[in-house]
Amino acid sequence: MNMNRRFFITLTGAAAVAWESVLAGAPEASPNYKVADHWWAMLIDVDKCIGCGNCVRACAAENNVPEGFFRTWVERYQVDDQHMEEPIVDSPNGGRDGFPARPGTLPASVKEFFVPKLCNHCADSPCTQVCPVGATFTTPDGVVLVDEKYCLGCRYCIQACPYGCRFIHPEKNVAQKCTLCYHRITKGLTTACCEACPTSSRMLADLKNPNDPIHEFMKKHSVQVLKPQMATGAKAFYANLDGAVR
Amino acid sequence: MNRFKDAEHLVRVAGVFLLGITLFLCFRAWFVPKSFGQYGHYRADSITEIAALPVIHAGHETCETCHADVLEIKKAGKHAGVNCEACHGPQGKHAEDPSSIKPALPDTAVLCARCHEANTAKPKWFPAVVSAEHSQGLPCNTCHTPHSPHIGDKK
Amino acid sequence: MHNFIYPNEIDLQWSILIVLYPFLTGLVAGAFILASLERVFRVEAVKPTYRLALLTALSFLLVAPLPLQLHLGHPERSLEMYLTPHRSSAMAMFGFVYLWYLMVVLVLEIWLDYRRDIVLLSRSSTGFLRVIYKIMTLGSDNISERALHIDERVGWVITIIGIPSAFLLHGYVGFIFGSIKANPWWSSPLMPVVFIFSAMVSGIAAVMLLYMALTKLRGFAVSVECVDAIATYLFYIFIVDFSLEMLDLIHRIYEADESFRSLDFMVHTSLWIPHVIVQILLGTLTPILLLGVTQVVKLAVPVRKRIYAIAGCLTLVGIFAMRWNVVIGGQLFSKSLLGYTTYKLQLGSREGLGTAIVLTLMPLGILYVLAKLLPPWQQHETT
Ligand code: HEC
Ligand code: HEC
Ligand code: HEC
Ligand code: HEC
Repeated sequence: MNMNRRFFITLTGAAAVAWESVLAGAPEASPNYKVADHWWAMLIDVDKCIGCGNCVRACAAENNVPEGFFRTWVERYQVDDQHMEEPIVDSPNGGRDGFPARPGTLPASVKEFFVPKLCNHCADSPCTQVCPVGATFTTPDGVVLVDEKYCLGCRYCIQACPYGCRFIHPEKNVAQKCTLCYHRITKGLTTACCEACPTSSRMLADLKNPNDPIHEFMKKHSVQVLKPQMATGAKAFYANLDGAVR
Repeated sequence: MNRFKDAEHLVRVAGVFLLGITLFLCFRAWFVPKSFGQYGHYRADSITEIAALPVIHAGHETCETCHADVLEIKKAGKHAGVNCEACHGPQGKHAEDPSSIKPALPDTAVLCARCHEANTAKPKWFPAVVSAEHSQGLPCNTCHTPHSPHIGDKK
Repeated sequence: MHNFIYPNEIDLQWSILIVLYPFLTGLVAGAFILASLERVFRVEAVKPTYRLALLTALSFLLVAPLPLQLHLGHPERSLEMYLTPHRSSAMAMFGFVYLWYLMVVLVLEIWLDYRRDIVLLSRSSTGFLRVIYKIMTLGSDNISERALHIDERVGWVITIIGIPSAFLLHGYVGFIFGSIKANPWWSSPLMPVVFIFSAMVSGIAAVMLLYMALTKLRGFAVSVECVDAIATYLFYIFIVDFSLEMLDLIHRIYEADESFRSLDFMVHTSLWIPHVIVQILLGTLTPILLLGVTQVVKLAVPVRKRIYAIAGCLTLVGIFAMRWNVVIGGQLFSKSLLGYTTYKLQLGSREGLGTAIVLTLMPLGILYVLAKLLPPWQQHETT
């Protein structure tokens, strides 16, 4: 223990420097970041999600998400073999406090699982298409953002999002949504939800990076997006996704 | 000339319209933010503004540079894949100034159950317990060490 | 049906004010179409309503953007719609379609039509009114025969442009809803067409009612010929409107796509009264039947007038319900198609019922002022 203490105190200086560069802020201050070199996406392995709600809490803390609204949330599905189209779904407080256990064991014909949701950062996003003033947009590195200083609060984007990922901030009166932790990923960090996910059910991915594990992942798994019929170019890729998920 | 005289009022209307359009164009040139349209139909500065928001979770790599001792233990155990802030919560402030901001230690009764409480929706591979039966009312860390929870693995 | 909505869907986004907006613009478009009947298609019978229809359209159009403005989270930023309109957004065109319609079509047509009266009034009136009329003449008091003839020709051209513009104004409101692929209750290419026809129905009914009421109030006799003609138009356009709506409904029921179960449930529960009872039975079938009777059976004049009045009122109720069912109905079900939410109509809040009522009455106030300023009554009536 003593040994370790000393070890970390000598290291403190170096770590502080590293951390400072992280805190330094704006992209021009992190000179290694070039928008043209990235195309961000999210990988979600449904089989790994344990419904702990860590992602929802981490997101709320990182992004100051108002109570009762969600930039990411977790749903619990219960699907009966005979009623694929009518799953029983719940998401108490967005899964923020975890999910109360249902008593007993499941009948043989029923399965249950968790599905984390977040903005799909669609390449052809219907929400940015409808914004009348250009207050929401896709960045050159593939993240859909809202300009809070420009948003009118007309809510057309909320209507246009097929996934329910947007909401009006109750005090700021502007649309808000997942930013894919743009303030983190441009500094070399992962998103808050990925950082807090204990099982790597979520993985931030950069499609333009040839060394990103996403390429291997996509080869090994059959991957889907939510509501593919919407043709939004969704970039939240789900592995092991059940057909009952909406 | 006469021809023009009887349509003069129409010219006046046209003048009013023209004036309106000119005023609008001036107004527009004046009020549209400078960086609008730099990348696309939006304010490019807003990207910079969003990128400059404060970081709340420091990230496990930052923790590990100082807490190499914990990392050592954790790496060898079953919680190797679980990041520090998954249990300790956001600690960006602490990482910035460890001497004055000291994180409160998590309460294992709440913490462990969040992940390990048995639930029919949890994937089969995940080790879950019904804590009421499993721990006999004792805090989890009487028997498990949080950073290396498997009881076989010492430390 | 199980009740799951996405957690962010708890609040309804678009309130009664957004119901009001298509209702008001619908009245504008409809009233204008009625006016153009006289101008372009030379339907002499409806002449008594020509100017009234134009002024009605103008008063409603002046109020139409207010509900939108009041509903914005940041009303002070609304000018951005003009400064940086987003070309791919249906809503961004609102500002321009609105301005075009207001300035180029309505104001210009009214001005040209009234120019002679304005010039005469600017000579005969005194004091403050005189200044107002003087400004309205734009400093030109040429009302020679040739000048008026030019006005007539130009006005005619504007009406010709105005008809597609009226369609644009309202069809485009329908497009705002119809183009949202995320919402199966809205997403339909029929939406703009249904909006146009329902607009004509509501606008024509409104002008007919206003004409009957105002003429009565002023102590004159309502021209039976005129209301008969209007009622006939109302009847036929209503049938087209109803057919289109039924086509949409039947198509949905027969196709029964993934959203059907959810929408069907909604129509049988929360939308049962506003949709089936008020919109279809009370607000569409009843007026069509009533008007139909007047077309088939020869009824006495007072009976006819009474039927027109009842049918007109029911029509307005029905069209308002239709807007309600589109706007509010489209937000009552979850986009997960697994659950429903409810709309709680508030009374006193910024987007509440009180505001809606004030905004509905406001055009009547404006119409009163306009009618004082620019009397729409025909010569033989006023004198
Ligand atoms: C710059 C070095 C540094 C970094 C980075 C750092 N810590 Fe610490 N941490 C310390 C020091 C020094 C202490 C001891 C403070 C004390 O005992 O007063 C400490 C103490 C702690 C404690 C124990 C508090 C207690 O009550 O004993 C926890 C828990 C902790 N750190 C978590 C973290 C986490 C999680 C991170 C990553 C976000 C992190 N630390 C990052 C330096 C650091
Ligand atoms: C599985 C959850 C979990 C993870 C992951 C975890 N900790 Fe802890 N940590 C705890 C708990 C619980 C305690 C409190 C132990 C107690 O009260 O005895 C603790 C205590 C500590 C302490 C106090 C002194 C000690 O060693 O007991 C430090 C420092 C610390 N953690 C740092 C870290 C760092 C750094 C990481 C990441 C490398 C980390 N922890 C990861 C749960 C965790
Ligand atoms: C954020 C979620 C999380 C928290 C909190 C957490 N764990 Fe774990 N735990 C995991 C994961 C993930 C594993 C690894 C499972 C695997 O890979 O098989 C694990 C593994 C374990 C194992 C090993 C099971 C085995 O296979 O032997 C034990 C024991 C355990 N945890 C106990 C605890 C205790 C005690 C606490 C509270 C101090 C705790 N965990 C808190 C996520 C968590
Ligand atoms: C009285 C001591 C004791 C307490 C208290 C205790 N455990 Fe355990 N736990 C054990 C033993 C012994 C095992 C079996 C050895 C192993 O697999 O590590 C175990 C195993 C586990 C496992 C692995 C189960 C598996 O299927 O592999 C988990 C998870 C776990 N405990 C979580 C907890 C949690 C959470 C708490 C607190 C609510 C807790 N334990 C409290 C003694 C304890």
